[in-house]
Amino acid sequence: MSQIRALIVDDSSVMRKIVERSLRQAGLELAVTEAGNGAEALGLLDANPVDLILSDINMPVMDGLEFVRQLQTVDKLRGIPVVMITTEGSESNVVQALSLGAKGYIRKPFTPDQVKEHVLPVLGL
Amino acid sequence: MTPFSETPLPTAAVDRTTWTPLLELSAREVFDIMLCTRLHPFDSPAKSSEGAFTALVGLAGSLRGVLSIRCNDQAARIMASKMLGMPIEEVDNDSWDALGEIANMIAGNFKGKLSGIGNHCMLSVPTIITGTDYEARSLGAGNTIEVIFEFENKPLWVTLELNE
Repeated sequence: MSQIRALIVDDSSVMRKIVERSLRQAGLELAVTEAGNGAEALGLLDANPVDLILSDINMPVMDGLEFVRQLQTVDKLRGIPVVMITTEGSESNVVQALSLGAKGYIRKPFTPDQVKEHVLPVLGL
Repeated sequence: MTPFSETPLPTAAVDRTTWTPLLELSAREVFDIMLCTRLHPFDSPAKSSEGAFTALVGLAGSLRGVLSIRCNDQAARIMASKMLGMPIEEVDNDSWDALGEIANMIAGNFKGKLSGIGNHCMLSVPTIITGTDYEARSLGAGNTIEVIFEFENKPLWVTLELNE
């Protein structure tokens, strides 16, 4: 399996580390970039292309839904698969995230197996 | 923030006799899944001085109030250690972040268990307070639901203060 360039977006550094660990436990060889909110993530993506984005929804500065919305407006970023990881598990948020272009949705608290189950299909693995 | 409407809650959602066990279950699930730790009730009288770390998460919309969790410094460090799978000596400011994230997950898990509420309630970004010499009041407070667990032989308070 080739290396996956993943961007993990969450205002919690602890949660970013847990998501990264879960991805590694899923067998992925990773090169990880981290961002604390959507605006920071957009800035990083300009110079750091990635294969996968995992993003929280409830974040300061720019939330995950606005982040996904803005991704879709940039040609070179539109095709990057995004999986939302959030406590905001309400049906309206799920529908909104998916309608904006997210490919999957994981609700906190989550197990490493759940991360694997939702992320690998998005990568075609 | 995501726009939402303040649609009235379905009748089933306001049956608060079930809220205490649901809050307890929400906390248990978060600790079970994220920390591989089973929480038990704290049987001894809990001294508030043993809760120097507090994480607060605000709830807005159909369900308004504040959810807080409170514990001592050592417990917060152990929580971070368990969440990250790293030795406690290596835990630094991660304990603040971990406590906030646990509060966030308990609040999200709780509101998700209240039929009809999830779509009409939003959570704030967590706030962390250290120290015991303070008093927090949620304006317009009505009911308070509190569950005290034992975590590493010390009390862990999970409190939901609701605005009516």
